[in-house]
Amino acid sequence: MKIAVPIKFVPDLVEELTIDPSGTALDTTWLRLIINELDDHAVEEAILLKERTGGEVTVLSAEADGVDDFLFTAAAKGADRLIKLTGDFSAADNHALGRAFADVIKELQPDLILTGVQAHNDLDGSVGPLLAEYLGLPYVGYVAGVTLAGDKVTARKEYSGGLVAEVEVQLPAVLGIQAAEQPPRYVAYSKIRQVMGTAKIEERPVSGLESSGGVVVSRMFQPEVAERATMLEGSPEDVADKLVGLFKELGTL
Amino acid sequence: MEITLSPLSPSVTKTFYTSLFDIKDGERIRTCLQCGTCSGICPFGYIMKFPPGKIIGAIRAEIFEHVLKTDSVWMCVSCNACAAFCPSNIPITSVLMTRAKEEMILAGNVPSELQAALENTQRYGNPLGESPRKRADWTLGLQPEVNILAKTRQPVDVLWYVGDYASYHPRMQSATKALAKILNVLGVNFGILGPEEYSDGDSQRLAGERGLFEMMAQKNGQVFRRYKFNEIITTDPHAFNALKNEYPALGIAYPVRHYTQFLFERLEQIKPLLKNEIKAKVAYHDPCYLGRVNGVFDEPRALLSAIPGIELVEMSHQRINSLCCGGGGGGMWLDGFQWEKAHTRLSEWRVREAIATNAEILAVACPYEPPRFEDATKTIPAASQLKVREIAELLAESMDL
Repeated sequence: MKIAVPIKFVPDLVEELTIDPSGTALDTTWLRLIINELDDHAVEEAILLKERTGGEVTVLSAEADGVDDFLFTAAAKGADRLIKLTGDFSAADNHALGRAFADVIKELQPDLILTGVQAHNDLDGSVGPLLAEYLGLPYVGYVAGVTLAGDKVTARKEYSGGLVAEVEVQLPAVLGIQAAEQPPRYVAYSKIRQVMGTAKIEERPVSGLESSGGVVVSRMFQPEVAERATMLEGSPEDVADKLVGLFKELGTL
Repeated sequence: MEITLSPLSPSVTKTFYTSLFDIKDGERIRTCLQCGTCSGICPFGYIMKFPPGKIIGAIRAEIFEHVLKTDSVWMCVSCNACAAFCPSNIPITSVLMTRAKEEMILAGNVPSELQAALENTQRYGNPLGESPRKRADWTLGLQPEVNILAKTRQPVDVLWYVGDYASYHPRMQSATKALAKILNVLGVNFGILGPEEYSDGDSQRLAGERGLFEMMAQKNGQVFRRYKFNEIITTDPHAFNALKNEYPALGIAYPVRHYTQFLFERLEQIKPLLKNEIKAKVAYHDPCYLGRVNGVFDEPRALLSAIPGIELVEMSHQRINSLCCGGGGGGMWLDGFQWEKAHTRLSEWRVREAIATNAEILAVACPYEPPRFEDATKTIPAASQLKVREIAELLAESMDL
């Protein structure tokens, strides 16, 4: 069983986000990047599957500050191969990223591809379904639990309202992970250090990112105050009466 | 849990046991009398399946694996009481308990609260998960401006290593500001590292994350080398302990004092400045890593006694026998875990001791303590009137700063 886990780095919300002078993108001067939380869960799920049934886990990421450390940490947890896509990804959207991942993954020929179901900076859809489209593979998203059975997997797909569906999928397939079966594990820093001395990150240069089908940002801005809210004063009964009056006025009642 | 008499894998015990000998004074563990003093003095010994003495017993019986199957060691707050009272002078906390926690961490058996603090330390250089760029934000608005060495690059007499909680914790920041004002009034030429300062790493080390501690120490060491200063003072007893006792072995050696020692040396200069009377009975809590581990008992008391109006009273646990606030050795990041096991907090015991002395103020000298003890005064109804004040806050109040 070969499992590929394409991951991406996203802006760390611990730092204040600012808009760059073009007004269409985040200012990257002070931007700090962090692993997309759900991609971290995808890595954990892949390692859990490997521990249960054996196999080889490959973690792939586009080049970014902090990616090497993350890849080494994944190796210390049990990932077997680390691949870094190199090139200028500063303006890469998920369409471009999906295509770049697809090219490398075609060559890896994995049985299963796990990736985080979404990220907080997804503007043009999430990576998983795009990747599945480019690879011509089936996709199931919002997965929290994977069972392997021969050339099929059963994915536990979460729906809102507490519903869960068990979906059988023919391999190879792409799964969008909502949560690993256990929280991402801790690995002692001494182990990461050891891995840094032995593990290799394979670099794959990527040129000519293709972002067609994506979105064009015309304006990026902080939330703006449009109109002041009206505070209704008085006893709860008075306020309720005024509220009903307002709703009638607006035609909603 | 049932304990079988047959060893599961004697090599596990043997490997662990012999690894203890590589640590300073580790071999003293051979001299254990099995008297049980450590387990008795341990504030959480009564709740551990394997308190320290029993761990040593399990090692001798070659069944150490059973210890690792329990989560006993995560009740240890590294307060060093076991070591301080061991008749064989075995450094139980720094050798046995810390190594046992390290085994748990290497096995990936880490409570989630602690995991978050360790990951934050690795990523942001502080366990609170705050932005490193905001480490000096507590200085905003202070006049004169606090000298951040990366900006001014001026040599200073004193490098003030502020520490994690003193920099970031909203409750502690008032004490941190108070100390900055005091240093200014005393005309001390000091500077801080601000965004370049990393966690001292000592509590992470005592929570078993040795590798992370070394990473923090090396990063701090690199920053220290960039600037000229004569000595380091620190607000944080854990940082004091790390800089004094642990960093030198990593080649990072500077003279270091806790701020209470530094101010005590200037007591004659301070005394005439203490104008405002603070009429209160004050109980002083000895922080574990200032008092019991590093022997600083008298200086904080002398500073408090110098404040007009203060009547110093002593709690039943004091000086070398002080009772931990519960924040050490990872306890700061195991609050929920320990509460689930014990349904009590050491900070709550301590505020009960404080009110038993009729104290109106509980004075502290460690950044873990104001938030911990203040929380405890909210959960212990009889302690609702007890005020928790950092020594620097009391001095600044008396100086009218």
